[in-house]
Amino acid sequence: MEPVVEVRGLVNRFGRQVVHDGLDMRVEEDEVFGIVGGSGSGKSVLLRTILGLQRPLAGTVRIRGSDITHLSERELRPIKAGYGVAFQSGALYSGLTVLENVQLPMIEHLRLPPTALEGLALLKIRLVGLPEDAAWKYPAQLSGGMVKRVAVARALALDPQLLFLDEPTSGLDPVSAAAFDELVVYLQQHLNLTIVMITHDLDSIFRTCNRVGVIVDRHMESDTLERIVDYPNPWIQAYFHGERGREHLGAHHGA
Amino acid sequence: MSATVPSTEAVEVRRTAEGLELVLTGEWSVRQVASIEAALDAVEVAAAARIRIAAQAITRLDLSGAWALRGFVRRARRAGAEVAFRGTPPDQLRLLDETLTDQPPPEPDTALPLTAAAEPGDRALVAIGRYAIRTGHDLFGGLAFLGRTFSTVAANLTHPQRLRPVSVIRHVYETGITAMPIVALIAFLVSVIIAYLSAQQLRGLGADIYVVDLVTIGVLRELGVLLTSIIVAGRSGSSYAAELGSMKLNEEVDALTATGADPFELLVVPRVLGLVIALPLLTVIADLIGLAGGALLCRYLLDMPLNQYVNRVDESIAPTTFWVGIIKAPVFALLISLAGCYRGMQVRGSARELGHLVTVAVVQAIFLVILADALFAILFMEMKI
Repeated sequence: MEPVVEVRGLVNRFGRQVVHDGLDMRVEEDEVFGIVGGSGSGKSVLLRTILGLQRPLAGTVRIRGSDITHLSERELRPIKAGYGVAFQSGALYSGLTVLENVQLPMIEHLRLPPTALEGLALLKIRLVGLPEDAAWKYPAQLSGGMVKRVAVARALALDPQLLFLDEPTSGLDPVSAAAFDELVVYLQQHLNLTIVMITHDLDSIFRTCNRVGVIVDRHMESDTLERIVDYPNPWIQAYFHGERGREHLGAHHGA
Repeated sequence: MSATVPSTEAVEVRRTAEGLELVLTGEWSVRQVASIEAALDAVEVAAAARIRIAAQAITRLDLSGAWALRGFVRRARRAGAEVAFRGTPPDQLRLLDETLTDQPPPEPDTALPLTAAAEPGDRALVAIGRYAIRTGHDLFGGLAFLGRTFSTVAANLTHPQRLRPVSVIRHVYETGITAMPIVALIAFLVSVIIAYLSAQQLRGLGADIYVVDLVTIGVLRELGVLLTSIIVAGRSGSSYAAELGSMKLNEEVDALTATGADPFELLVVPRVLGLVIALPLLTVIADLIGLAGGALLCRYLLDMPLNQYVNRVDESIAPTTFWVGIIKAPVFALLISLAGCYRGMQVRGSARELGHLVTVAVVQAIFLVILADALFAILFMEMKI
């Protein structure tokens, strides 16, 4: 089966600093794929490249078969309508209410009557577990957890099959983070989503991901969660078997 | 026996003995929601006692499509029809039922209840009252801002290091040195325009020589400083407001306060001092270039030799003429920088507010400059200079 996202031989370089050097990544249908890596390892650059916000120096990025590195802005439009992105800090439009934020992609890509526009936006807001009265608030009036949820609601506005999440649980307290992970799993199961998620959060990885790709030495090692923890690479060992990782592994293997 | 009634791609309606049978086909996704809704709206539910829905032929059903279907099912049930699915209903409907509580959507927050309750006539009064209160607050806030700026300067006069000389110099550079080309160009063009206009009028009277008086006094007393101030208000007033405003949005101002630093001392005072130093210098340049522009025009339009122009300039100005213009510059600089900083510091919450307050800062800076210029004109007239 054709992978949903396929990155091959990706090279990214800024000046003298080589960020990616022949990076490969493959995300299959209906999985939650976690991208892990140290600070500065190029997780965000990878995401920006996949989203077409940045052209790579070499390599291909295919989303459902079409290579986005060679497409014009106009040709990218239908592809972009097919996935949703929730940025790390939410990136909500601060001058618009929550409702308007969620409606914006629909207004941009579709022609809908106002009742449907409002109904569908409220549906997405409810779907991510927010109360309906949040719809008329402005982003500045929301808590950090709510902002992240609105970002997901906006990413789901066009009912995409593919969702990108950039550090969705960063900056959340453990309880909110756990609730957010539950939301991710819930959405993935009920909407048959493929989710690509950048994260630092070990809890989050163990709760949500099927497969994990670790960026080490400008390449990516990816495998199922059960297998990748035993990779010999020192960074992977340190990450999964460090002080914080061990608890999870214990719980995980014990179960 | 079933008769097919007009149907669309998404919904095929068949009349059966007991009521209606809907066969749903094609792609039921967010892209088709508008046409799906139209098709479903066209179905006459009122007359039907039973409605059977066959959803198996849908090629792709996403949440938005399911939402439209759910809306139809609920409408039909409200109209008294019995709705059933042939086979199992789509999973998405169950998800929607779990997600949506069937309360009517809450109303958006309206303004204070006072407005809603009041009569139309009273509403105008309320609006005027609110406006007056807001303007009063604004004025008071502006005065407080001015006061705090002055007290910060005064408190630090004994420690010049705390007045951030490096930062002040940076602002002199950014608001003054980099503005020189545009200020010079505008001063040149405006003085040429004045000389040209007055030459046209005065030549008929044989009073060519007074063109020099008009240009000299006009530029030195009023136009040099006023034009420079308006350009600087547009350039630096806006940049002050935008810079401080985005720092507010980014919580940089809060971060300063939290570390015990005074944002007034670090951000506002250097900007104010920088502009108070830069604007008089810019005005001198504008005056010089303005006089040069006048000379150029007199030379080529009126064939007036340069030394005659210079002599006439010398005769036409009183000892105070130059100073009357230049003394206004620091006052205008104060008004521009305070308007910019004050509005910038008022930004909270959103990018839209930033844009709005930058606009307000520039408009008010220009307004205040012209108002102050008028007051100066009256003052100087009373002083007979």
